[in-house]
Amino acid sequence: MKKKLGSTLILILSTFFVLSGCFGGGTTKEPASNDSGKPSDETEETAPKVLRLNNSSEPGSLHPGTAQGTHDSWILEHAFEGLTKKTPEGEIIQGMAEEWETSEDGLTWTFHLRDGIHWSNGDPVTATDFEYAWKYALNPESASTYAYQLYYLEGGQEFNEGKAGEDGVGVTATDEKTLEVKLAQPTPYFLDLTSFYTYYPINQKVQEDNPEWYQEADTYVSNGAFKLTEWKHKESIKLAKNEHYYEQDKINLDEVHFVIIDDENTAWQMYQAGELDLVYPLPQDVQGQLMANNDPEFVAGPDLSVYYYNINNNVKPFNNPKVRKALSMAIERQTIVDHVAQGGQPPAYSVVPPGIPDVNGDYQENTGKLFEENLDEAKKLLEEGLAEEGMDQIPNFTLTYNTSEGHKAIAEAVQEMWRKNLGIEMTLENVEFQVKLDREKAGDYTISRAGWVGDYVDPMTFMDLWVTDGPYNDADWSNAEYDKLVQTAKTTMDQEVRMKAMHDAEKILMDEMPILPIYFYTKPFTVKPNVTGIYTPINRYPQFIYADIE
Amino acid sequence: MNKKPKLTKDMFLPVDNDFKEAEKIARPSLSYWADVWIRLRENRLAMIGLITIIVLIIMAIIGPYLNSYTFYEQDFTKKNLRPNAEHWFGTDSSGRDLFTRAWYGARISLFIGFMAAFIDFVIGVFYGGISGIRGGKTDNIMMRIAEVLYAIPFLLMVILIMIVLERGLWSIIIAMSITGWIQMARLVRGQVLQLKENEFVQAATAMGASTSWILRKHMIPNTMGPILVNITLSVPTAIFVEATLSFLGLGIPAPQASWGTMASDALGSILIGNFYQLMIPAALISLTMFAFNVFGDGLRDALDPKLRK
Amino acid sequence: MLKYSLKRICLALVTLWVIITLTFLLMHSIPGNPFAQEGSMPKAVYDNLQSYYNLDKPLLTQYGLYLQSLLQLDFGPSLKSSSISVNDYIKNGFPISLHLGAQAMVIAITFGLIFGVIASLNRNKWPDYVAMVLAIIGISVPNFILATILINYLAVEWHLFPVATWKSWSHTVLPSIALAMMPMAYIARLMRSSMLEVLSQDYILTAKSKGLSRYSVIFKHAIRNAMLPIVTVLGILIANLVTGSFIIESIFGIPGMGEMFVKGIFNRDYPVILGSTIFYSAILIFLILIVDLAYTWIDPRIKVPGGRK
Repeated sequence: MKKKLGSTLILILSTFFVLSGCFGGGTTKEPASNDSGKPSDETEETAPKVLRLNNSSEPGSLHPGTAQGTHDSWILEHAFEGLTKKTPEGEIIQGMAEEWETSEDGLTWTFHLRDGIHWSNGDPVTATDFEYAWKYALNPESASTYAYQLYYLEGGQEFNEGKAGEDGVGVTATDEKTLEVKLAQPTPYFLDLTSFYTYYPINQKVQEDNPEWYQEADTYVSNGAFKLTEWKHKESIKLAKNEHYYEQDKINLDEVHFVIIDDENTAWQMYQAGELDLVYPLPQDVQGQLMANNDPEFVAGPDLSVYYYNINNNVKPFNNPKVRKALSMAIERQTIVDHVAQGGQPPAYSVVPPGIPDVNGDYQENTGKLFEENLDEAKKLLEEGLAEEGMDQIPNFTLTYNTSEGHKAIAEAVQEMWRKNLGIEMTLENVEFQVKLDREKAGDYTISRAGWVGDYVDPMTFMDLWVTDGPYNDADWSNAEYDKLVQTAKTTMDQEVRMKAMHDAEKILMDEMPILPIYFYTKPFTVKPNVTGIYTPINRYPQFIYADIE
Repeated sequence: MNKKPKLTKDMFLPVDNDFKEAEKIARPSLSYWADVWIRLRENRLAMIGLITIIVLIIMAIIGPYLNSYTFYEQDFTKKNLRPNAEHWFGTDSSGRDLFTRAWYGARISLFIGFMAAFIDFVIGVFYGGISGIRGGKTDNIMMRIAEVLYAIPFLLMVILIMIVLERGLWSIIIAMSITGWIQMARLVRGQVLQLKENEFVQAATAMGASTSWILRKHMIPNTMGPILVNITLSVPTAIFVEATLSFLGLGIPAPQASWGTMASDALGSILIGNFYQLMIPAALISLTMFAFNVFGDGLRDALDPKLRK
Repeated sequence: MLKYSLKRICLALVTLWVIITLTFLLMHSIPGNPFAQEGSMPKAVYDNLQSYYNLDKPLLTQYGLYLQSLLQLDFGPSLKSSSISVNDYIKNGFPISLHLGAQAMVIAITFGLIFGVIASLNRNKWPDYVAMVLAIIGISVPNFILATILINYLAVEWHLFPVATWKSWSHTVLPSIALAMMPMAYIARLMRSSMLEVLSQDYILTAKSKGLSRYSVIFKHAIRNAMLPIVTVLGILIANLVTGSFIIESIFGIPGMGEMFVKGIFNRDYPVILGSTIFYSAILIFLILIVDLAYTWIDPRIKVPGGRK
């Protein structure tokens, strides 16, 4: 018996090694097969225009429905197109849809698709493809990470939670060209959402014939300006101009080559050696130097995102707003931005980042500074706060951040500022991202580093975070008035009322200071001078759809 | 021709001195270790190594107090300064004094190195020695157990354990020691197995020498060479693994410094031309390695019984 | 001999099973969740993901399911990448890591042995010092520093080689050198001390006094015997090279297997952690097996238990 087991296992093991031998023989690289590159069909005499970029990680999934986040979005945004898209100025314009109308209550949207839109395999793009795609993402069996982006649809959340069928989902293709969308509640920023990748269509026929179509370049079908032509997993990705794209005459690039490089230093060195045309993200030290030299290749694009510290509002003495405010007032944000983060970030004295339109002007500009850094005031507040809590000094506590050179440098600086300015002794602790999130959810932290990237261009994507028992309210802060104001903003379509409510709510938030805003992110990248037409919408990667190489 | 020496009576007087005198050793008797020390002292390179190690240890103790800076104090107006009269090793990108950080880092790096090497040595020699001498079934079982641990790739194991444990100095040492000793154990066992077949050991065994006697008198002196070479490599390996862990963000918690975290922090500095920030920890690591290596070599020669004059 | 080998292979498989079980348990005891995400992931979405990957089942069931698919040589899906399975990871990545590792090992063994032998034959003369200084530099610069320096000078400044990625042979040069330095230095040092040990043995004296040429004394007797400790560490050196290459692979953007484990563990991508640990362990066990068998071949004095009598 034992012998038999042994021999079976031997067989398995030997097969294993024979197999690994096969891998070794089969996949051996032929050198120099890549750099020469296939000449593109469209090129006449000139060399093909190739833009070379780096994606910092292997995409998790290049399927719009099951995409997993930032590493996927850069490619998806260029391979696909939703009902709407954004201009370089950030304006929402027609994409696949030519026009649309809204019902008076803001609940029903009707989109009319434009003519002459095709998939990269030549199939026409139909309204059914949208309906199918949205329902696919909401289907619990698809296990889509971003399904909640479609919860705005009537019946969307119920379907995803498995409580109702897909028939109840408020999206119907009334004919080939018309898509009718019913929302669960009025959503003033719904149009913005339709340019997000979870709202992209998928080719129903392709998906049904081959559910694994999105895993390899050969079977990949998309409807955007570019199509996927090569995908060497974990190594490189190539896009080429999609000749079926309706605006293909506006597309100047022939190919886009991504290398998958995780290390920021290496990516920068490749850029220096001329192996890349655009590199994002950059190492912090390099950012600082480029900024200091006013390097013309350096661009600090805008971003829709805020860097802040969560304070666990249940831990004594941090339950006291005076203590929290004292901590906040003792952080020298300008120093952090200038010397540590070094990417031209605006210091944050509120939570909603710049770049979101208000009724008039910019929302953040209208907000202004909601508090000031003031050391004397901070010391006074700390003393008062501690006295109220019956303590004479802050006990040693821990600031938790997820492992990264950048977060570490900022945490060290903040630690020093609190030590110097308030005489506070504290400890730093770094954990992996996953652990940090778990501990925040469990309330097992005192202060933790956090960041939030807006899902859509509206202050609500930030204000929504700190409602009582909100899913991302890790500070576990609760304020009835704040909740009421956010609720007001959520239920009206009147922009003036909405914006006023959110401005008021933000004031309450900064008065109570359950979180410490540090700065608003930017998107610092470098691009070679011969590349033109790159633009950065506020909540997107640098877009190269209209880019050109001279 | 046939003249015979005349035998006289006084020729047959008893020896008045103790005959044991004949067995007297002309040279002063030296213990094994005293002899090792004498020969080590004659090896100039080894002594340079030893002195360097001692200096490094002294500096690790007093270095951080030699100027008025601390390892954590930041001054952004003085960041990225090259070595100068005020900051002897310059400052880092947060304006912290690198001289203080370097010697503070020496404490941590050397401590990790010594502790890890020491634990490896103790467990490894004990485990490998017993396994090799006993042989047979004991050896088989002990080696199987070691093999299970050994077959989990070292670095993977260290990382996995570091993730499970809470961050800190001791968790780094523990993570490294859990599998670190096995290499030493295998080396010792290999040496012992080889020595066991040597005639002098067989002779000792035949004469009924006990296991511990064989271990003390034959095995340890004869295996000391490779073991010491291995120890001198264990210290750098531990300092290295710590550096690798720092690179992965699993090193010593900030703002504390080790040579590993200093080096990985300074990686970006090379991109903007501040090479000295990387050179300082790298040079200190190299100096430490050099010292350990030449000292280890000298010690090896001094311990080798065959080289005894 | 055959029986012995078969027995060793069976034991190796048992070892592998123990490792699978240990890793499985260790992995599920690490804090953190593969699907945790900054932001508001509704519970429904999370539950869908859990059930999609069978993570909502009891641990024992998961273990059973895993072993079952493992017997069909299926390492399962990656939780973080729906386009490639763990098998794909290995299939695509291993040949690349193997290529890199083999190239580095060839460099390391060739130069390591040459330096070691030269140093030992010229003991305490300049070739000895030169070789050992090289070895010390190799051993004392952590490979992430070395890689950064190599890229910065050889690629960015002097344009001799491409910076990163894995496209042609010239892309492989820098990572191979960066990876080879440490084992090369290690082999050189070990070889030197081992050669010195052997050269002082009686049989070398005998061979010399029998009038054998210097060439045959060194090559036929000394080197062969001095290789024994090298062979002992070769297994682990190779394994460290393949697993330790993750830093090099991540710096040079090489799509090998090296960074698979590290990424896997930071993402809590369970099948990837298990798959890479099992795969590496299998390789390591296999190498240990080879080393053990090679041991008996190189040194005929070591008797195989249960083997020839």
